[in-house]
Amino acid sequence: MTDRETHVTEDELHAFVDGELPADRRETVSAWLAGNPEQAALVAAWRAQADSIRARYGDVVNEPVPERLQLDRIIKNDITTARGGAWTSMAAAAVLLAFAAGGGAGWYARAATTPAPVAMAPVPAPAPIDTFTADALDAYKLYVVEVRHPVEVPGTEVGHMKQWLSKRVGHELNIPDLQSIGLKLVGGRLLPGPTGAAAFYMYEGPSGERFTIYCGKAGGPETALHFKSGGQFASFTWVDDKIGYVVSGPANRERLEAVTKTVYEQVDKTPEKKG
Amino acid sequence: MATFRQSVELTIPALRRYARALTRDADIADDLVQDTLVRALRSEHLFLGGDVRSWLYTILTNLNRNRLRSLSRRPSISSIEENDAPDMAGPESGARDIQRALASLVEDQRHALLLVVLEGLSYREVADVQGVPIGTVMSRLARARAQIKSFLDGERPALRRVK
Repeated sequence: MTDRETHVTEDELHAFVDGELPADRRETVSAWLAGNPEQAALVAAWRAQADSIRARYGDVVNEPVPERLQLDRIIKNDITTARGGAWTSMAAAAVLLAFAAGGGAGWYARAATTPAPVAMAPVPAPAPIDTFTADALDAYKLYVVEVRHPVEVPGTEVGHMKQWLSKRVGHELNIPDLQSIGLKLVGGRLLPGPTGAAAFYMYEGPSGERFTIYCGKAGGPETALHFKSGGQFASFTWVDDKIGYVVSGPANRERLEAVTKTVYEQVDKTPEKKG
Repeated sequence: MATFRQSVELTIPALRRYARALTRDADIADDLVQDTLVRALRSEHLFLGGDVRSWLYTILTNLNRNRLRSLSRRPSISSIEENDAPDMAGPESGARDIQRALASLVEDQRHALLLVVLEGLSYREVADVQGVPIGTVMSRLARARAQIKSFLDGERPALRRVK
């Protein structure tokens, strides 16, 4: 019964259910299903699953948005918290706290009633280098997977980027050129760092592997290179001339070390460091 | 700038829906949405156009992955509550079935299935959100659907016996 020319793959059946097939192919699949009751039953089962999921959760969009998710409130809370310099781990802390308190209810009540920033903001201290590294790795993980918007300024506008980021970070920055080790500058972004603005550059290798440099003012003293590995990712961190640098990439120490060395040499010997 | 915030604001109900289906707990879901919004607003100055909605789904998906990572180091609380709830007959039991079936999925598969089926994202958009090729999205979808089907097929007789 099945004609070889009209043979339909399982991928196509999924695409058919999800409305991802072009119109002409849709008709073919539709006709094919009429003669293949087993596959038709499968398609019906998938559709029923989707219907159940939508029936179960679809109504959530009609619920009133709770006060704590109102943007004005979030902005207000975030600014107060950021002043204490403690926001970096807030997101993680919030989640952990919810579970430590025995479910989401504890956190909810706390977030809704307590001015949390007061409890979380002791004396503003210079950001420890660990916070700096954690922020950099967060940024790495968040943006390295971005296909369409990995950066804000493309690498082709490196001159403009250098000027702009230097101004925002408050330090004459040097954006390393890593072509010699096969890494192309994808571009850069401005990010919030523990003690102000941070510059973030992304580089890409021939097989799509991405490395990032995160740098900004760091309160601490000059340090040697610190290596930190967290599963699939790793980073090298150091502080030089009150600027902290974090080079992050896939967890291949040798490669990351080579990248870091090149970066280090270039940011270190920048002649205009002192302006 | 106002447009960015407006786009974020308009997406909140959908983010809550996605988060609710992911976590199966209203409070944890809203925590996740709150964290997503905090991150998004902090990066407002970074956003020069593009699809705000996909970007928010990306942040939420990543945060949920992190949440589960930290959760895996702790005893699970939500599962107790799920097991304690009484079985219900009628349409409610169907809702409970699909909820359990979703819970049985691997996280990446759950993300992919919900983004397509519940949030109506295209395969291309889901690939961007998950940072993987479209082919991977499709195989995650296929595995999710197969798993849900076998979960539901296995459960149905048990429920009939209860009646």
